[in-house]
Amino acid sequence: MNGFYTLFHKELLRFWKVGLQSIFAPMIATLIYLFIFSHVLEERAQAYPGVTYPVFLIPGLLMMAMLQNSFANSSSSLIQSKISGSIVFVLLSPLSYMEVFVAYVLASIVRGLLVGAGIYLVILIFFDMPLQSLSWVFIFALIGNGFLGVLGVIAAIWAEKFDQLAAFQNFVILPLTFLSGVFYTIHSLPPFWENISRFNPFFYVIDGFRYGFFGISDVSPYFSLMIVGIGFLAVSWVTLRMLKIGYKLRQ
Amino acid sequence: MIPAIEAKQVYKHYGPVSALVGIDLEIEQGEFFALLGPNGAGKTTLINVLAGLTLASNGVAKIMGHDVVRNYREARRVVGVVPQELVFDPFFSVRETLSIQSGYYGLRNNDAWIDEVLYHLGLRDKENANMRTLSGGMKRRVLVAQALVHKPPVIILDEPTAGVDVELRRSLWSFIKRLNGDGHTIVLTTHYLDEAEELCSRIAMLKKGEIVALDSTKNLINNVSGYLIRLRLSSEALPSDLQPLLESYAEGCFILRVNNYSKIEDVLAAFRIEQIRVLEMELMQPDLEDVFVKITGNTKDMESV
Repeated sequence: MNGFYTLFHKELLRFWKVGLQSIFAPMIATLIYLFIFSHVLEERAQAYPGVTYPVFLIPGLLMMAMLQNSFANSSSSLIQSKISGSIVFVLLSPLSYMEVFVAYVLASIVRGLLVGAGIYLVILIFFDMPLQSLSWVFIFALIGNGFLGVLGVIAAIWAEKFDQLAAFQNFVILPLTFLSGVFYTIHSLPPFWENISRFNPFFYVIDGFRYGFFGISDVSPYFSLMIVGIGFLAVSWVTLRMLKIGYKLRQ
Repeated sequence: MIPAIEAKQVYKHYGPVSALVGIDLEIEQGEFFALLGPNGAGKTTLINVLAGLTLASNGVAKIMGHDVVRNYREARRVVGVVPQELVFDPFFSVRETLSIQSGYYGLRNNDAWIDEVLYHLGLRDKENANMRTLSGGMKRRVLVAQALVHKPPVIILDEPTAGVDVELRRSLWSFIKRLNGDGHTIVLTTHYLDEAEELCSRIAMLKKGEIVALDSTKNLINNVSGYLIRLRLSSEALPSDLQPLLESYAEGCFILRVNNYSKIEDVLAAFRIEQIRVLEMELMQPDLEDVFVKITGNTKDMESV
């Protein structure tokens, strides 16, 4: 247990020591998005009854910032130590692959939550933000960050160079996040695209998260939780297999 | 007694390339053991298999009786490995690096031992320096320290003295010798054959993924090479009796190989009979270089042992 705790603590220290870049910078970026969008799109029709468009945007942007940062945390930590070779110290240690997995994913979740909480606090100052159910908000924040933390581990184990990781981020993670309903409800889409969106797991993360704030969503939060839960377990299983057989790490 | 290291029919293939071809090796507890061989012989691959950094394609490896795959946690607890590459985590200071490494082994409050290791490796005044700011030699010392945080009974050093100055080589080896004296098993690979000769009681030589020689350092040197005598003679030709002993002829000097000192008398007697005068004579002590050249049969590899 001590070994696990050390790795987890080290992973926290790693981003905490560069907190300006790992927490503060994404907060600023997201708040700038929000202020620009809300200024430009103030006049736009309400997405849900009684919810102005800027306020509708907030959960999506919040979740998007969290997802990007939880992915960035595990993936950049792993790829850096892989490429610099310092991963060897973890590989030489008696840590079990399960401990390694949980430590990296948990640290990603913490970073995602810190970024999200930071943005949320600033938002409370400027916007009148409803909060229907803190539990739903928290559950989806947790599982969304966990999901992306796991994907970050997979991407970094698979990638051999920084540009391969960047490709994974640009061609998989970014489109999935942007096309998940961050900026719109999928009911506003043409039927074809609405159906496509339903195959995007990120859509359920954001939809469920939004339900926690407004009590309204495109699909039932229980259904979203089930989908995201299954997705999380599936990618976790894949990652644990990779770690167990030493895929690319112990070849 | 359980052997410190045991490898049985260990193979490692990378596609069509075989890095290890059926390695069988047993190293007793308390040994000071060297793995030698030219670049690409498979030394590092073998070490990586033992350390669990590389999974063998076939075969079994055990450290202190623990299978490195099936009981990997136990196996990794009893071995400390100094990797060949100068790797470090740029986020941390020397002391943080060592505390974190201790933590991986479940050791908290390891400061007393960390202090001792820092002292013996001459790192005390650098303990709060960030890893990035250290010179190559200092980083190498930290790597050694990291391998020792959990006081492993088996210590494997992969070219610990590559690119390291004389002073560190000395202090490092005296520390390692002390650890060996305390009962730690030491396995090393080195660039410097004189180091292996001076320190190690037993040696395995690898070539193309196979062990081509495995014996005590003394036996290897005695059996394989004998003694060499370099002679400059008044005659251009060597007495025919001595032809079988001729190792090489260069720049007017004959080099003869004899198995023991008494053979030298026979050589000199042969010269007397033929009335050849000896102008110059030098007796050369055999060393591991000779053994190495002879076994690996490739003088060009010598520079990159």
